[in-house]
Amino acid sequence: MALLSKKDTNLILDPLADNNPITIQVLGICSALAITAELKASLVMAISVIFVMGVGNVVISLLRNVIPSKIRIIAQLIVVATLVIVVDQVLKAFAYELSKTLSVFVGLIITNCIIMGRFEAFALGNGVWRSFLDGIGNALGYGVILVIIGFFRELLGSGTLFGIPVLGDPIAKTGLYSIGYENNGFMIIPPAALIVVGIIIWVQRSRNPALVEEN
Amino acid sequence: MAINTDKNGYTIFFAIIMVVVVGSVLAFLASGLSERIKENERFEKQQNILYAMGVNENTPDSGVNFIPTDVVEEKFNEKIKEQYILINGEIKKDDQAFALDVKKQIAAFKSGKEAKLPIFVGEKEGEEIYVLPMYGKGLWDAIWGFISVNKNMVVQGVYFDHKGETAGLGANIKLRFFMDDFIGESLLDGNSYSGITVSKTNNDPLNEDKEDNEVDAIAGSTITGNGVTAMIKETLKAYKPYLETIRTK
Repeated sequence: MALLSKKDTNLILDPLADNNPITIQVLGICSALAITAELKASLVMAISVIFVMGVGNVVISLLRNVIPSKIRIIAQLIVVATLVIVVDQVLKAFAYELSKTLSVFVGLIITNCIIMGRFEAFALGNGVWRSFLDGIGNALGYGVILVIIGFFRELLGSGTLFGIPVLGDPIAKTGLYSIGYENNGFMIIPPAALIVVGIIIWVQRSRNPALVEEN
Repeated sequence: MAINTDKNGYTIFFAIIMVVVVGSVLAFLASGLSERIKENERFEKQQNILYAMGVNENTPDSGVNFIPTDVVEEKFNEKIKEQYILINGEIKKDDQAFALDVKKQIAAFKSGKEAKLPIFVGEKEGEEIYVLPMYGKGLWDAIWGFISVNKNMVVQGVYFDHKGETAGLGANIKLRFFMDDFIGESLLDGNSYSGITVSKTNNDPLNEDKEDNEVDAIAGSTITGNGVTAMIKETLKAYKPYLETIRTK
């Protein structure tokens, strides 16, 4: 017997492409703009969101029959804020260097619309296992886009990947810089992320015209 | 029997239970991890102080490489010979200077209250080096660090850090290309403490001119650079009584 049914597999795979939370649902844009100037920050943010969203969906699914509807948003916020504090404290205790890189960004997870969106749209109405898969799938979909944006922004903006120079030394003019290439400072500021997201959306929809909305 | 979750009484009961459970989980976590977190913070501070006095594992082409965490305590005790505090213009030996909260002490100094300013005296290659903590304001939030000088007020090294400067722009003050530029600069211009200005007009990418009291700014991070300049000048103002004593030693 396969571990995952076809429906379960789709919960993981759909958000990676045809139902991506960033490029199709246009959620989580704020954090995608804020943290993608460096690839390392993008990757660790993605991992943190996978944890928060996977566990958060499980908790909300477990509590779905006992959460009062009047305060369900507050209850969801408490769950996500608690998980974010747990991630922050555990990173500070066991991965201190990483926690410093991410200090501001981990807090930003609380404001991530995708998490509240999945709690509200899926975990409140589905069982624990499927909610877990939905959380992991959506967080992976978010993470993939973050890593793609981080890759282009850091490469074109700073000439590095994970902080390692890959295009040469811009001060001593080695590598690509020796033939006149310059780092594009615009890529480091948040609006550049919007342009990269726009290009990803364009590529995705031109490859799959079914994703294009009709007017 | 299904629970009626719409009743006001139930809603209040649920909210109270949730707050108690979440509070307990977080309190348990915080108390369980606090020792480890404090230890990490202590090692970080030791690494930063040693880095500022030029004790690190940098190679010519590497980034910022601190003394590894597992040996930093031992190295710190070996390199830092004395700790002092500067209080009301008087210098006192105090082995607990390391434990002082620099942020609070510098805030007290700026507001004219009594402040205990820590000083670390190290030794490197037979020369005494004086490490001073700094605290200031960048574009978005706090910036801080350490600066080390010899008795001639020539900078031996710096370490800068920040809370939330823009990634790829102001956040680059903690990268080696910027921090290395300070090495060899003088805090003195003639006989006065002029500090070091992060200048957009220095126009010296490799920073070979060490007599101009200027280092090159990072493009796109003017306000963070101005914050660094102001932080160094404030530090000089605070520590001037101590610096005068070591100059005339």
